[in-house]
Amino acid sequence: MSDPHVTVNGQPRPLTGVPGHTNALDFLRGLGLTGAKEGCAEGECGACAVLVCRPAGERSRWTPVNACLVPAAALDGQEVVTAEGLGSPERMHPVQAEMARAGGSQCGYCTPGFVCSMAAEYYRPDAGEFDVEAMSGNLCRCTGYRPIRDAALALGRPTTGDALAERQSRPAPAPGATRPADLATALGLLRDHPDATVVAGSTDWGVEANLRGRRAPYVVYVDRLPELRTLSTAHTIEIGAGLTLSEVEAGLAGAVPLLDQVWPLFASPLIRNGATIGGNLATASPIGDLPPVLLALEASVVIASPDGEREVALADWFTGYRETVLGPGELITSVRIPRPLAGLTAFHKIAKRRADDISSVAVGFALDISAGVVGKARIGLGGVAATPIRALATEAALEGQPWTAATVEVAAEVLRSEGTPMDDHRASAAYREAMLGNALRKLWAEAGT
Amino acid sequence: MSVGQALPHESAALHVTGHALYTDDLVHRTHHVLHAHPVCSPHAHARVARIDTGPALEVEGVVRVLTADDVPGVNDSGTKHDEPLFPDMVMFVGHAVAWVLGETLEAARLGAEAVEVDYEPLPAIVALTEAIEAESFQGNQPVVARGDVDQGLTGATHVFTGVTEMAGQEHFYLETHASLALVDEAGQVFVQCSTQHPTETQEIVAHVLGLHSHHVTVQCLRMGGGFGGKEMQPHGFAAVAALGATLTGRPVRLRLSRTHDLTMTGKRHGFHASWRVGFDDDGCLQALEATLTSDGGCSLDLSEPVLARALCHVDNAYWIPHVRLHGRVARTHKTSQTAFRGFGGPQGMLVIEDILGRCAPLLGIDPIALRSRNFYVDGQATPYGQVVRHPERIARAWQQVLDTGQVASRQAEITEFNAAHEHTKRGLAVTPVKFGISFNFTSFNQAGALVHVYKDGSVLINHGGTEMGQGLHTKMLQVAATTLGIPLAKVRIAPTRTDKVPNTSATAASSSSDLNGGAVKDACEQILARLRAYADGRDVAWDELVREAYLARVQLWAAGFYRTEGIHWDPAAMQGHPFKYFAYGVAAAEVEVDGFTGAHHTRRVDIVHDVGDSLSPLVDLGQIEGGFVQGMGWLTLEDLRWDESDGPGRGRLLTQSASTYKLPSLSELPDELNVALLEHATEDGVVHGSKAVGEPPLMLAFSVREALRAAVGAFGRPGASVELASPATPEAVFWAIERGRG
Repeated sequence: MSDPHVTVNGQPRPLTGVPGHTNALDFLRGLGLTGAKEGCAEGECGACAVLVCRPAGERSRWTPVNACLVPAAALDGQEVVTAEGLGSPERMHPVQAEMARAGGSQCGYCTPGFVCSMAAEYYRPDAGEFDVEAMSGNLCRCTGYRPIRDAALALGRPTTGDALAERQSRPAPAPGATRPADLATALGLLRDHPDATVVAGSTDWGVEANLRGRRAPYVVYVDRLPELRTLSTAHTIEIGAGLTLSEVEAGLAGAVPLLDQVWPLFASPLIRNGATIGGNLATASPIGDLPPVLLALEASVVIASPDGEREVALADWFTGYRETVLGPGELITSVRIPRPLAGLTAFHKIAKRRADDISSVAVGFALDISAGVVGKARIGLGGVAATPIRALATEAALEGQPWTAATVEVAAEVLRSEGTPMDDHRASAAYREAMLGNALRKLWAEAGT
Repeated sequence: MSVGQALPHESAALHVTGHALYTDDLVHRTHHVLHAHPVCSPHAHARVARIDTGPALEVEGVVRVLTADDVPGVNDSGTKHDEPLFPDMVMFVGHAVAWVLGETLEAARLGAEAVEVDYEPLPAIVALTEAIEAESFQGNQPVVARGDVDQGLTGATHVFTGVTEMAGQEHFYLETHASLALVDEAGQVFVQCSTQHPTETQEIVAHVLGLHSHHVTVQCLRMGGGFGGKEMQPHGFAAVAALGATLTGRPVRLRLSRTHDLTMTGKRHGFHASWRVGFDDDGCLQALEATLTSDGGCSLDLSEPVLARALCHVDNAYWIPHVRLHGRVARTHKTSQTAFRGFGGPQGMLVIEDILGRCAPLLGIDPIALRSRNFYVDGQATPYGQVVRHPERIARAWQQVLDTGQVASRQAEITEFNAAHEHTKRGLAVTPVKFGISFNFTSFNQAGALVHVYKDGSVLINHGGTEMGQGLHTKMLQVAATTLGIPLAKVRIAPTRTDKVPNTSATAASSSSDLNGGAVKDACEQILARLRAYADGRDVAWDELVREAYLARVQLWAAGFYRTEGIHWDPAAMQGHPFKYFAYGVAAAEVEVDGFTGAHHTRRVDIVHDVGDSLSPLVDLGQIEGGFVQGMGWLTLEDLRWDESDGPGRGRLLTQSASTYKLPSLSELPDELNVALLEHATEDGVVHGSKAVGEPPLMLAFSVREALRAAVGAFGRPGASVELASPATPEAVFWAIERGRG
């Protein structure tokens, strides 16, 4: 079948004629598959979660994503499973049966989304104990989560012959023909369509479309371009811009310890399964969680255009509120992190909620300390200016100084005056300032001696 | 025996497989549906000078724009005639002045953007304190009083004064408001609606359309959460959909986006309380004088009964000899605040818990001892004159929590931990709950049911309550099966409809199992009595008995009715016996606080809660845990912020999406959560000895707030009183720590 289509619960469904702004959730509900629900339309509640068959090397993984954020058109050629596809009231899937038995549903509205997140974890090939964090992107207002957690922990492993488990042993479907096949084609499309919107995981664009009514006359999907999906840790660490954060986490396998501190605090698995590292830098949010860390790591951004390639230090990347040096027709292809990595690194995120919240202040530390003296110090900040920034004065206050409580106290006072924090609904300016200084004090208390 | 069995929710298999249908799911099964989108005010307070719908009608796919001129009946969406459906004076940012109907939601949205509205902005009152300053009040100003407060305070050896402020709370039911209206083949206006109060939805749809109630049927399949937010608020939306359906002849769907739901619908009332309290040397409460002012928002809605319940719960579990409590409802230019699980009870109780938490160090008495020595004992009455029945249950639950929660030994461990950790402190607290069950307004304490026994022995039940996840239907199935003495599988429940059971009360006040259970039981007993009379002592199997009885012309269906006996209330005097009984509970919570940031998490919670003889233990457990976590959200995390600046956004809700309004996620679940149902707790005179459970557990979360207070105190100087904002967000906790250090 060459016409655009998506396979839903084993059945091919045409995508022809579906408006560009229609998201996968509305598309599925229009098919009568009303199990997935709209709870927030911005990827915060997970009531719309469905499973998509995504590449995992030569195999594949059932990957839960927020259907409300994914444009229906982006599913061309893909395989999707919804709660209805997992089981029926008469023949419940093991995950569904356990949720029902344990009292994991009350009003039931969030339940199909929970079931999809749980099923993905259930099918994780290397699953040891069930990781309940797999459900941290799903909100429930009724149960208080205890029965859901217990249902998850009571799950066994898929049995032999489980069709969805077996599906994972084969490759994921190739990207649909409506997507550009390679980088050169994508760059050509951008050249020919100056008004094009570049979309990767759509975790930001989907919110714009759903909540703010933004519409794109032309979309170029870049998250499956092969050139943007490479990852290397051999010399320089180079991460393909089109890899999702979940893929980056898995691919790096601990090679950058500072990033491993970020992942559990970065949105939710449902978002990390969609959001790409390139997209995170291109949207240039001043309150993103990655930029402070990548600034501390002295990362750079590799950009391709029809004229060739250029590399920009991340410190020079942000030019204003949600603005970057990325020019028309250009695409981010990768992010480079130089070695050697600093010896002492930490990520401090201040937010109202422990998981799946937007930071009011985020601080990334990368310090080299040898013989009790601070060598190089790199500190990235989020939430305290119109762009993510480096804490240059604090870095200077630390470099060359003995790594002592006295140095930390002096530098913490410098750090609290960095940026221009403001009052908003997340935090007061005074709290943000206090949190900047305390981030360094906390680092000292936890790792100083 | 089905009652008392631990069963999953009756729709659990449908929930988990995505087969349970909610109102908006029906859109995809209905043809030629039109979609409605509001035209919302950008001003908090303004006169609507002109509305031009013409440009909207130019938008492709726009079918009609609804305005005040289209209303054939009464242009009002409430019961107090202060909530015009199409206002000529907007009273909050987001107030809808018109609704656009389109072939698609996209067309309706673009149409709404095209409608031209001229506003004449007026000064707006946003913050509750501004309203108090400006004396902007609405409705009654009731007083609950007993004894002589002045004398009580004079006689007290320790007198303290203070102010306690608490924020409201967004319901954040996962399913936003939804209605689907059509005119059926018989000319009946049929509205599918996510409503906790189908009868009132029916009445308001009827008066907007200028019809009698018998012309309108409202059905609620189930709700994706309600929590009180769908008690009054759905009516106007249902009326808009019904108006659109009658005017266009096509089904009209109205489902609010999350942002519309957050900005257009009412929330839990924030409260301001100023108080003066007296204790004797033993810490026994002597007198309390307080003025409670609720933030009612732009119209009365349910603010008066919410205030009444707040005043009736300031005492919580404590005997206070001399009391004078004033209540006021402020009018502000915000959404019309409304019912929310607890219905003012939590706000009233927070006042006394805040007083005890703040005063304990000043009295030099451990908070656990201070609370328990003030508990009601047998024979004592509440300030509004109701004798407290079974007060010993509070003490019994308290002791059980102290024992099973190993509170004494853990307190010692915490003291050790705190001494060893400069930057991290732990705190533990125990708090009680006493919550009155019944609607304060006596008339609402009635319910109906319709039970059909079919010739094949199968049973279909209908009752006046709605299902929003609380497990009411599960309990009603169990009551029917038990009463009839048949297996649960023989009983089926049909969706709540106003043409099956009329004149229903809202599914609210935790009382729906009591009321509807009584009605279902009554209907089943009527049928059973007829069957027994027919059987005349013979032992005949159910199916056979039913078949024979039919042939013998025995009536096999019945309408059941129940009204709560023994309750009365004088709203003018604020005295009486408004509650059938009290539900009790006790919780102990332990928290850990990071001194650098104020971030906190709950390590362990132990709860003993009184549900009488549980009708359905798994359902009750779910209500206790879910209510507790929702209460934690209100007290420690959820943070409604309104623009109180003088800028152009004044009055705007700043936290108007899921990314800015944070409710508890899995990460807030306590590491350890132990819940036990109080044993030997049969409640006489209630269906199968059970007790209501919907609201009371929410207030068990006071234990977390008080534990935070203890942990904050551990950073500061011993014996200092700790003031803690509500909600106690990480930032609020941080500043409390800083004040203590200062």
